[in-house]
Amino acid sequence: MSSDPVRRPASSQDKAQPAMTHSTVSPVLANPQRHHTAIFLLLLALLAVAPFAIYPVFLMNVLCFALFAAALNLLLGYGGLLSFGHAAFFGSASYISAHAAKVWGLTPELAILLGTAAAAFLGLIIGALAIRRQGIYFAMVTLAFAQMVYFIALQAPFTGGEDGIQAVPRGHLLGFIDLSSDLTLYFTVLAITFAGLLLIHRIIHSPFGQVLKAIRDNEARAISVGYRVTRYKLAVFVMSASLAGLAGATKAIVFQLASLTDVHWTMSGEVVLMTLLGGMGTVFGPLAGAAVIVAMQNYFASFGAWVTVLQGLIFTVSVLVFREGIVGVLARWLKKPL
Amino acid sequence: MVQILGIPVQVLFGQLLLGLINGSFYALLSLGLAVIFGMLNVINFAHGALYMMGAFVAWLLLTHLGIGYWWALLIVPLVVGAFGIVIERLMISRLYHLDHLYGLLLTFGLALVIQGLFRNEFGVSGLPYTIPASLQGGRNLGFMFLPNYRAWVIVASVLVCAATWFAIEKTRLGAYLRAATENPALVGAFGINVPRMITLTYGFGVALAALAGVLAAPIYSVNPNMGSDLIIVVFAVVVIGGMGSILGAIVTGFGLGIVEGLTKAIYPEASSVVIFVIMAIVLLVKPAGLFGRTA
Repeated sequence: MSSDPVRRPASSQDKAQPAMTHSTVSPVLANPQRHHTAIFLLLLALLAVAPFAIYPVFLMNVLCFALFAAALNLLLGYGGLLSFGHAAFFGSASYISAHAAKVWGLTPELAILLGTAAAAFLGLIIGALAIRRQGIYFAMVTLAFAQMVYFIALQAPFTGGEDGIQAVPRGHLLGFIDLSSDLTLYFTVLAITFAGLLLIHRIIHSPFGQVLKAIRDNEARAISVGYRVTRYKLAVFVMSASLAGLAGATKAIVFQLASLTDVHWTMSGEVVLMTLLGGMGTVFGPLAGAAVIVAMQNYFASFGAWVTVLQGLIFTVSVLVFREGIVGVLARWLKKPL
Repeated sequence: MVQILGIPVQVLFGQLLLGLINGSFYALLSLGLAVIFGMLNVINFAHGALYMMGAFVAWLLLTHLGIGYWWALLIVPLVVGAFGIVIERLMISRLYHLDHLYGLLLTFGLALVIQGLFRNEFGVSGLPYTIPASLQGGRNLGFMFLPNYRAWVIVASVLVCAATWFAIEKTRLGAYLRAATENPALVGAFGINVPRMITLTYGFGVALAALAGVLAAPIYSVNPNMGSDLIIVVFAVVVIGGMGSILGAIVTGFGLGIVEGLTKAIYPEASSVVIFVIMAIVLLVKPAGLFGRTA
């Protein structure tokens, strides 16, 4: 095939590998955030009218996964850290918020906050351990700890084992807004997701985010310049875990269910796929990726395991020929960072 | 009844045997992962799926062609290994110039495809594979009953691991392999076809996974999901051992299998998480892994 005698660069650590992300457009534009604001407003307007045309529960599913994928993208696309265990945060937050809403009778916003806090705490523990290794090992360590969380979810008395926690009440937001109507709930979820996305956007474009990108692109250099790299890594890991938890906790209230699916490694893989397909290291990529994958799962649900095959194929093709992702390609065409 | 640590001796040795069996598979699979990682710098996420494929090919050979266990031990690694070589040539080889994480993502996608296809074809209920006639039955060791087939799995695994270790550490081909792992450009300059070595190494690692699949077929039911959860435990084994040494992968594999078995006897509730707890401790104490070379 290739006449090149050596197909990969020497494995010496100091040799920089091309980074995981494709920042195809230089970020030195005068004000990259102006068109982002326009896109956010446009998205908000579209999503505000969407539930009148599209089934709201489907949209809420997309929104939850968009936030989940955006949380992973914060870690992967901007921190350069591939977590293959984000289902641990998504799933445990959904268990905690489901339990809080159903057994303790907390209002949905408190249940969601509690779930998010649990995910943050878990993220602190797993993150502190995982950042002791780099690259591929980091991915394997996060995956392994997520599997441990899965086993705990399978055995712990309050999670309901194979059944999960079912019939979680949607409750009354702040004690007086009834969420049993899909439309009311939809706008609540939209508010939560948007708050999360804007927060991520803020983090990415803050000085903290700049340091993060520096670490992603050249960790040794960032260390030599004097940054305490491990602190930044841990901080972004906890942020990402919390936001993934926020998504999982919200999903538990929406679907009134927390189950083993949410903590399983396939969920971790799915969210990586969404981020990859949408475009790693882009602000809007995870939304696009989540929309495509959730829609695909919805439409092909009757085909059983073929969904897995299709997801695997999309994964494979994305990695081989479509590494920029949907939004990455758009950004290249429009010559604007998206 | 004789007891050790308050546990009946039969239970203790029974779990120890189960642990050794699991350890045999951990060792074979982590050995394959380590060999592949050494040459390709790719963590083969499809390893579990290929192990499952090995078990299925053995089952297909028996059911449709009447080819028995002993021939399967030879044919299956060749067939699945050849499949691995095709994958390496067509796909993985396109990613060597990129971040290593892409290799992980690609093989993850492949694992999903393989598993999904087998699930569509064979369902998830699991298919039985009978133990070959010559290995049926067992013997009473006085303190416990030892099924012949299980004893054979442990012996076979030790033999294969030892042979692999010998081939890599003591033969000329192994020396080329180790040299190419250290510095592929220089080895290529000496006239050795490094890309072909990379391809064959992947094929060999995959063949090891397939062989483990054949060994596993009579013990566990042949099931499309049999590799997926196992591979994550094997990843933890690899993190604990560190992928720097062949011997390290083997020792860690067997060792953790035994630890898991003992935990099952002493405190069963913790048996599914004990390896991950050990991984956490190792990450705290010796982040590079027990046998790892680079931090």
